[in-house]
Amino acid sequence: MNKTASWFWFIAAGVAVFIIGGLHMAVIHLDGIAGIFNPAGGSSLAWENVSGRNGSLVFAVSYVILLGAALYHGLYGLYNIVSELGISEKANGLLKKALLAAGVALFTVGAYAAFAARFITVS
Amino acid sequence: MKRQDVQERIISVYIHRFDPTSDKKPRAVLYELAVEQGMTVLDGLHRIKETQDPTLAFRFSCRMGVCGSCAMLINGKPMLACNTQILDVTDKALTVAPLPNFRVVRDLVPDLAPLFKKHVQVNPYIVRTDGHEMESPSGEFIQTPEELIKYLQFTYCIKCGACVAACPTAATDENYLGPMALAQAYRYIVDSRDDGFHSRKSVVGADKAVFNCHYAGECSAVCPKGVDPARAIQFMKRELVRDYLLMRRHTAPLKARALNDKSKEKKTPLPVPPYTVDR
Ligand code: SF4
Ligand code: FES
Repeated sequence: MNKTASWFWFIAAGVAVFIIGGLHMAVIHLDGIAGIFNPAGGSSLAWENVSGRNGSLVFAVSYVILLGAALYHGLYGLYNIVSELGISEKANGLLKKALLAAGVALFTVGAYAAFAARFITVS
Repeated sequence: MKRQDVQERIISVYIHRFDPTSDKKPRAVLYELAVEQGMTVLDGLHRIKETQDPTLAFRFSCRMGVCGSCAMLINGKPMLACNTQILDVTDKALTVAPLPNFRVVRDLVPDLAPLFKKHVQVNPYIVRTDGHEMESPSGEFIQTPEELIKYLQFTYCIKCGACVAACPTAATDENYLGPMALAQAYRYIVDSRDDGFHSRKSVVGADKAVFNCHYAGECSAVCPKGVDPARAIQFMKRELVRDYLLMRRHTAPLKARALNDKSKEKKTPLPVPPYTVDR
């Protein structure tokens, strides 16, 4: 990916984090306003409500998008900060590969968790 | 009271001295200087060199804010020594140091070679595919005031390096292309006579170029000619993203119009573009 593309997706991911992360925060912390996402009523953090949201495909997809956007935005930002400290070309290449590997691994685990959680039901 | 009492005062001038053949790091040397109304920092340096220390090294040429040779750090801010009156800056103590973010050749003389090398990398001239028109133009390239205003302020750049000295990204990464070169790339990219966007794209859109600018805006704040490199860099990002999204409108470069072709000539005179610095 060239620098323009990386940067464009970095900004787009930031916007996605702002919007989806904002909605996520509202759902979790603003029971009064966003209570419609609590199928069992009461606290957003109640087990029934958490597993109810987890069972929804819309929520699972939004979690995966949020995870991907947050990982890309955070890791690309970290890469830029470190590479601007004036590290060698070789260290720069290693850093890029290490962050890519970390990003792919975290995304895989997180995406798996988001979808696997759909099938955890209250016994 | 004598006229001299009113107009002249003694100030302390701390000058960063550095001789790479004998010094490990720069040292500040104190000089007393009689300053009078209207005396520029460059005049002061000349006075010190003539009367106190002939070994003092500094660079200058035009003495009128045109050549860009005399930029230095004056009381912590990159400025042109010939364009800065001492009493406008201080009436007590003046500190003069070489421009940061450049290697020091000696005393107040920075090595500007990297600045010019980066400038050359962005092809700072009109690029066209019709080579014959470049070599022997068949006429004039008439631009509208709107086309002119897009790049006019960036042509005022005198390559003094003050913007690079103020740039926090340049301070941490010597390979960063820097505000001067990037602003000059934009100056040509938005010139309606130019067709060099794609040849410059690989340089300005690469690593260590526009996307490493974090928009601190210091380059624009210190530019002695009122150029706004930070603005050019943000606009350049926009051009590159539009190109990536295939949304950049490619307009064919302006065609030359024969000198005797009066058909499209405007009868009313063109408006004078606004000044970019306070007058
Ligand atoms: S943009 Fe301004 S500060 Fe930078 S080199 Fe040009 S004239 Fe100097
Ligand atoms: S001596 Fe030319 S700009 Fe100062």
